[in-house]
Amino acid sequence: MRRRSGSAGVGGGAASRVRLSTGDPRLRALAYQAAALAAVIFVGWYLISNTLANLEARRIASGLGFLGREAGFAIGETSLVPYSAADTYLRAIVVGLANTFRVALIGIVAATVLGTLVGLARLSRNWLVAKLAAGYVEFVRNVPLLVQLFFWYAVITENLPVPREAVEPLPGVFLVNRGIFFPVPAWSAVHGWMLAAFAGGVFAAVAYAWWARRRQARTGRRPPVLAGAAALLLLPPAIVWLAGGAPARLSVPELAGFNFAGGAHLSPEFAALAAGLIVYTASFIAEIVRAGVLSVHHGQFEAASALGLRRGLALRLVVLPQALRAIVPPITSQYLNLTKNSSLAVAIGYPDLVSIANTTINQTGQAIEGIAIIMAVYLTISLAISALMNWYNARIALTER
Amino acid sequence: MRGVTVLAWLRANLFSSWPNALLTVATLWLLWRALPPFVDWAFLDAIWVAPDSKACRAAAGEGACWAFVAEKHRFILFGTYPYEEHWRPAAACAILVALWVASGLRRLWSWWLAPMWAAGLAAVGVLMWGGVLGLPFVENQRWGGLILTLLLTTFGLAIAFPVAILLALGRRSGMPVIQGLCVGFIELVRGVPLISLLFMASVMLPLFLPERVTIDKLLRAQIAMILFAAAYLAEVVRGGLQAIPRGQYEAADALGLSYWKKTLLVVLPQALRISIPPLVNTFIGFFKDTSLVLIIGLFDLLSTIKVSLTEPAWTGFGVEAYLFAALVYLVFCLAMSRYSQNLERELARAEAGRRT
Repeated sequence: MRRRSGSAGVGGGAASRVRLSTGDPRLRALAYQAAALAAVIFVGWYLISNTLANLEARRIASGLGFLGREAGFAIGETSLVPYSAADTYLRAIVVGLANTFRVALIGIVAATVLGTLVGLARLSRNWLVAKLAAGYVEFVRNVPLLVQLFFWYAVITENLPVPREAVEPLPGVFLVNRGIFFPVPAWSAVHGWMLAAFAGGVFAAVAYAWWARRRQARTGRRPPVLAGAAALLLLPPAIVWLAGGAPARLSVPELAGFNFAGGAHLSPEFAALAAGLIVYTASFIAEIVRAGVLSVHHGQFEAASALGLRRGLALRLVVLPQALRAIVPPITSQYLNLTKNSSLAVAIGYPDLVSIANTTINQTGQAIEGIAIIMAVYLTISLAISALMNWYNARIALTER
Repeated sequence: MRGVTVLAWLRANLFSSWPNALLTVATLWLLWRALPPFVDWAFLDAIWVAPDSKACRAAAGEGACWAFVAEKHRFILFGTYPYEEHWRPAAACAILVALWVASGLRRLWSWWLAPMWAAGLAAVGVLMWGGVLGLPFVENQRWGGLILTLLLTTFGLAIAFPVAILLALGRRSGMPVIQGLCVGFIELVRGVPLISLLFMASVMLPLFLPERVTIDKLLRAQIAMILFAAAYLAEVVRGGLQAIPRGQYEAADALGLSYWKKTLLVVLPQALRISIPPLVNTFIGFFKDTSLVLIIGLFDLLSTIKVSLTEPAWTGFGVEAYLFAALVYLVFCLAMSRYSQNLERELARAEAGRRT
């Protein structure tokens, strides 16, 4: 009869000696693990040997050598990294990566803003607003993102007019079937200096906040942090702008022939992808924000005001930190989802990383390397963000006694 | 009296303060601007039935062309399945939906759900493939439309679920090698987009297999979907396992139960019960994600809609087509999400009842 005697490793000493019997849990654990490892190694070896044989049969040279060859295909959106068809595959993939980051960053910022607004609207005491927000969330969450992307793409390319009959919702902003045109400040050297001044302002604001915290700890009095930081952030660029002669010329899109010239242009692919990602992700963020706000007990607010904190301060020092503890981890995973979902770009022809890697695979036949590149990039992003998240969670976690 | 209560309700919910009243008025104005044109377009001025797209083209911009859906509904629902045999995928869809509904009813939760599923899936296989009982054989390259979406979802979840339980148990097993393998698999799959797994299945799987062995596109996509679902479901099950109090494990140990008896009789029944609501949410996500097989060239529901739009007579009705697609997905997903919310409430009530 096989029966294990108690659980191993309880007291040490006699119990920790491994006996050569099938009843010893630790021995069996070792056997299981050895078997699992052997199975994985065997399957891996089998797959790799098949792959090598297949590659040889198809005369495909493995390795990353193809990255140095001329790509020979054009890319529609190269606003961040200059590129021409004569450049290498490596450069094409870098362009794709830059395009992924471009849509992901814009998507994350806009989805956060929209999601927070909708989440708060759902909590509103105004029945109409709350119901509308709830309807938005229910509808958008339950329709696949791919359907929504196709929908937006169809709206832009099929239902918006040709440039001559452009829809102009705001002065200077044109919606046409070739994308969205809008005015931007014409670039001048002063803008570069303003950026530099703003970067300096960021450093100064961080230093000021640090000093203010130390001072509050020492004297108990709180210097005006928010106003001071805002001044440090906004004043330097404004002074530089004024000193540089206040360049205010706008580059406005104008109809030239069959299309617009000047201003900034968002392609239909980019606009559809960004709209889809923002609307879809915002519905998830709205639910997270709502749950986060509801998770803070009402008594917290009352206790803060009983301590004499003004409404704004109570919100910032008492309620928000507790709500954020419930909001930040799930919202980060939504940011990751948005970044991963941006790979659906391939379905509507926006040249993101996956789309360009796919073209590369089709042209060179280097399937394994191409997919390995895609996976490596996304895994790096995911692992980096979760490492950051773990650090943040450890920082804000409740210290339990 | 009634008038008074309506006024009181309006006052409390829409006009409780000046800012609130302004918000209401602004929202009403926006609705007034947006809703009537939409109703005109979608219903009043819409073309519901038309033999060809001429009437729709004439009404372009004024009314929606639902005639597109009416004209193409057989292809959208059943893909390239032989026309005279369309009742077979329709019956298969009905069986799959019935299986899901039956598994959702708490009254029917018992051991005989397992043979019921086996019989139901066998019937679906017979209906779809045919070749027996006088049904002509239909190869699976010709399957498409709604049934493909339902099949990918059902088989994907049915196979991924047991795998997910093993992965979750492995991740919590305390055996470093097994734990490492499970964590590695779960994090790898969760860290990459589903598309990259589908690409992998469509271009790399053929390389992985010995030369003469070929597996068809549908099966390859299904394998990728299963791996994907298993990793996500494993994390949900792990959440359930972590929520079981330690005392339950210790009590099972004290009774001298073996690991598998402890797991099957004590831990899993409780853990799975807790995880049902998040599991259903993952199911919804998975159902939506099956639409991605379009990218590797399978004819699921979304794909048949997209293909219908490429016919020259019907190009340019994308908005109507995708609104219809959204509606179909919405019906399935809303049903699942309502069910999950109700179940969550019921389970919470049962839990509260047990505590007191």
